[in-house]
Amino acid sequence: MLSDAKKKARGDRNAGQGAARLADHEPAALDLEESPQGLVLRLSGDWRHSGVASVQEEMARLAKSADANRITIDLGQASHLDTAGAWLVRRLKLRAEERGGTVTVDGPHTWVELIEALPDVTAASVRKSEPRKPLFNLVFEPLGKSMYELWDDLVAAAFILGSAVRGAQMKLNRGSGVSPASVVAQLDHMGVRAVPIIVLMSFLIGAIIAQQGAFQLRYFGAEVFVVDLVGILQLREIGVLLTAIMIAGRSGSAITAEIGSMKMREEVDALKVMGLNPIGVLVFPRLLALVIALPLLTIIANFAALFGAAVVSLAYSGITFDVFLGRLREAIDLSTIASGMIKAPFMALIIGIMAAVEGLKVGGSAESLGRRVTASVVKSIFVVILVDGLFAMFYAAIDF
Amino acid sequence: MSETEMTAEQAEGTRETILEVRDVTVAFGKNVVLDSLDLDVYRGEILGFVGGSGTGKSVLMRAILRLLRRQSGTIRILGHDYDTANEADRIKLDMRLGVLFQHGALFSALTVRENIQVPMREYLDLPQSLMDELTAVKIEMVGLDPSAGAKYPSELSGGMIKRAALARALALDPDIVFLDEPTSGLDPIGAAEFDELIAQLRDTLGLTVYMVTHDLDSLFSVCDRIAVLGQKKVLVSGTIAEMLEFDDPWVQSYFRGKRARTISGYPDGSGSNAEQYRTE
Repeated sequence: MLSDAKKKARGDRNAGQGAARLADHEPAALDLEESPQGLVLRLSGDWRHSGVASVQEEMARLAKSADANRITIDLGQASHLDTAGAWLVRRLKLRAEERGGTVTVDGPHTWVELIEALPDVTAASVRKSEPRKPLFNLVFEPLGKSMYELWDDLVAAAFILGSAVRGAQMKLNRGSGVSPASVVAQLDHMGVRAVPIIVLMSFLIGAIIAQQGAFQLRYFGAEVFVVDLVGILQLREIGVLLTAIMIAGRSGSAITAEIGSMKMREEVDALKVMGLNPIGVLVFPRLLALVIALPLLTIIANFAALFGAAVVSLAYSGITFDVFLGRLREAIDLSTIASGMIKAPFMALIIGIMAAVEGLKVGGSAESLGRRVTASVVKSIFVVILVDGLFAMFYAAIDF
Repeated sequence: MSETEMTAEQAEGTRETILEVRDVTVAFGKNVVLDSLDLDVYRGEILGFVGGSGTGKSVLMRAILRLLRRQSGTIRILGHDYDTANEADRIKLDMRLGVLFQHGALFSALTVRENIQVPMREYLDLPQSLMDELTAVKIEMVGLDPSAGAKYPSELSGGMIKRAALARALALDPDIVFLDEPTSGLDPIGAAEFDELIAQLRDTLGLTVYMVTHDLDSLFSVCDRIAVLGQKKVLVSGTIAEMLEFDDPWVQSYFRGKRARTISGYPDGSGSNAEQYRTE
């Protein structure tokens, strides 16, 4: 409201001082006169970028086809001229002279000088003229490129994994180069600060599974088995999977963006010339922090989901906490918990390595940073789900 | 009121004031950077703006370009106060300004050609072919190879980025261009070429140039007038000769230091306190 009132006052003030407004000039105009001596063009109005729109079509036509032997261009009536207007005149002059005509330009000498100073260019010279590719290339070139990229990704991932296994940068006179401070800082970012959202998400997921399970099992009079359902599903699969997906979105993207912007600003190169291994310094602490944080977050997620399931069971099916816990103790054993938890460090490694690989691929532009962050999140979520499926098949095969 | 001021100004200098800064104060919290600063820039001149690091050269430029809030004062560009102008006039004023940022600030996702065409597309109603031709003209004018038009900023060298950014600043043939350290990071030959280019463009296009620079070569070779920022104000403005006369330790050591003397060929200011300040 206030700003509206202000604007109105300002408008009124402007109306008062109309003379001080930025004057609108007459747009450019062109007057053609054919005489026995040749063609005479009289230019008038504002021949600047903002004014030439009205005459550019006519000037383009003249440049293409004016075939009089003598052309005289009179700038006397024009109020302004800048490169845009000068270029229109210059183009007409150049093209007409190529056809063997003579062109004279009359006007203030600064303008004539400007016109003469402009280079001879064509629109094509600023566009890359690439020969059209045959259909075969159009179809198979992207496919081949993506195959090579996939291979490069695998090599880069193996390289980063290898560097990480070797450990952080070895320092002179010191055994291990792991800097505890940076690992702890990363643990805070990726672990502690993720707790609220993980707890909330898992609580809701546990509650939803319990509710839907209870509704379906009610048909068989087996409502109490909802505890088995939630317990096994959450501990074996859902807990670690959803936590990993959340962390891929939350921390994987952050890792890619951090490393990528450091790459863009040559900070990664600065590390290299100091003799530091960028992977040891940048990637290793993050990878280590992820491998520690993800299992811990999974434990928290499991507790939250089971609590959510217990609350919903009480509300919808009247299963008390005592009954819930008793049933849970029978349904699950250590192997259920272990089979879920074993997966967590692998998921963490996948997320960290994917994020680092993409981060180190960032090029010079802001756009490439955005593309890499997207690719990092999409790829790591995809691979996390893929690996979860592989684990499920593996467990089934060994009857775990 | 300001109208009469303008005419008085013109009668006095017989030159059109294209940029008029009056009584401008900029402060960040309690830290006052510019304190009721006055500055005039006249049409068709190349003004070199110098000052020690951290004296607020960039702050002033950003305040003029309205990238920073000022606490008080008026800034009139082409005789118009941006604060009281309406929406349409503001756009027209924006079209008459060009800015070359220190690091180019080219849009990294666009090619050089597309960068130059951004203001054209935004403000003009011209066909693509004419815009391409005008872009090619600008690219040649700033001394770039025509093939640079199809390249992305990340594929250009530092000097080429400066030239491409200048071409973008000149896209609409502005009345005044602001150059922030245009020759920093260029080799002496490239810097000299750039200076020459700016002088040449001033002569052909009638540009007014506001140049923040530390390059003594530029100051001696192309600048018509120099303004020195110090103690939160414009300490002095005038020609090189006037700078050399001016009695201020910083100005003396700047323009009479060893580096300045070898460039200018001016006699050593023996007896001046330049020596004393340089060795400190």
